[in-house]
Amino acid sequence: MFDPAVIVPYLPTLIEGAGITFAVSILAILLGIPCGLALCFLRQSRGRAAATAAAVYISFFRGTPLLVQLLVFFYIPPAYGLELPAYLTAVAVLTMNTTAFQAEIFRGGLQAIPRGQVEAARMLGFTHGQVRRRVLVPQMLRVTLPALTNEAIDILKSSSLVSVIAVSELLRRGRQVAAATYHPLEAYAATALMYLLLVSLIAYAGRHAGRRLSLSR
Amino acid sequence: MPDQSVTLRYAERFLDGFLTTAWICGVSICAAVALGLALFLVRRLPFAPARWFYDGYVGLLRGTPFLIQVFLLYYGGPGLGIRLSATTTALIGLSVYGSAYFAEIFRAGFEAVPRGQVEAARMLGFDRGQILRNVELPQMAALILPPSVNQCIILIKESAVLSVITVPELTTVATRVVSETFNFAEPYLLLALLYWLLVEATARGGRWLERAAGRHLTTTKGLTP
Repeated sequence: MFDPAVIVPYLPTLIEGAGITFAVSILAILLGIPCGLALCFLRQSRGRAAATAAAVYISFFRGTPLLVQLLVFFYIPPAYGLELPAYLTAVAVLTMNTTAFQAEIFRGGLQAIPRGQVEAARMLGFTHGQVRRRVLVPQMLRVTLPALTNEAIDILKSSSLVSVIAVSELLRRGRQVAAATYHPLEAYAATALMYLLLVSLIAYAGRHAGRRLSLSR
Repeated sequence: MPDQSVTLRYAERFLDGFLTTAWICGVSICAAVALGLALFLVRRLPFAPARWFYDGYVGLLRGTPFLIQVFLLYYGGPGLGIRLSATTTALIGLSVYGSAYFAEIFRAGFEAVPRGQVEAARMLGFDRGQILRNVELPQMAALILPPSVNQCIILIKESAVLSVITVPELTTVATRVVSETFNFAEPYLLLALLYWLLVEATARGGRWLERAAGRHLTTTKGLTP
């Protein structure tokens, strides 16, 4: 009954879909790092309005399902005449989402850095911006690497939701293969396996980077 | 142009969807906690295949998107002779998905209980079951509370995915209202607001529980020399 052979002719399209899933997710994660750092500092800033705006942004993107965010940003702007390419919207929504989560991850990392370092740097004549760039950010990135790896895995998995809207990534290809072969079980099992491989790849890369960073300590 | 009455006219359907989301999440979360605890106990069994099973189960469910698990169950199930309704798929899918995460939360909490306490309890003549019930679980309860609340929130948000197989929950209702009225902004913004309220309420409830558990913990700490 279970016949994996029916999937073989469709492997190239699935692999291509996996490539798109990977590209979209990695792009969102990488764009999310500077945005998340900026949002984290904005939230800590003394400016009342800026800090509140950052908190509201974080609360919205962490407190609502990604699917709902996709629906909001895919359907509302076109209804008001603002048409954007599907891929662009997909990457933008994933980036906006991960920015909120990364800001919170970085906040945790910031708390792990001893206050004395900031004071010492200030004494040495570093400006606020220099303290951030040279003292805080490098350490925040190192301390939060495991959490960032988890977030990358989350975004990779969540990117499957983009298929529901428009983008022809891995899960959408899986659905097409299921429809073309009339073998949904095999098609979805193959798709799931590819997600598993991509997730393992990111987990492995994260562990590898973690080892290198701890060696250089 | 947005018609201001749309949301009001469909308030009853939104309420229905909201309640469906709430009960599906409530039941699934309870089942996921129970199943997660069972899995964690399986992992503690003293033979290797139990551990392999656990690692495979957790690895598969945490390594694939929830959406594809739902598709596999709903569309792939009939290939194995399993035919489920959308709501049954939702309950099983969400419970099984959540159980892998809860099992890991239990495992992490368990590992945080100092080994010396277990050894001391064994010296005092406690058997395995007594150690689990009287020493490990009570301490784990306080440690696993924050990640558990977080996991509940993640499951509530993931439940929106169930709209893809037309479970009559909140997101499905909003999507249907949109397709009937061609009004996008109002239903989708209301949808976001309702999820936000549900998530915020859960987070607040969790913080309240943590404070309650924290009080208990501080007293215990105060008593230990």
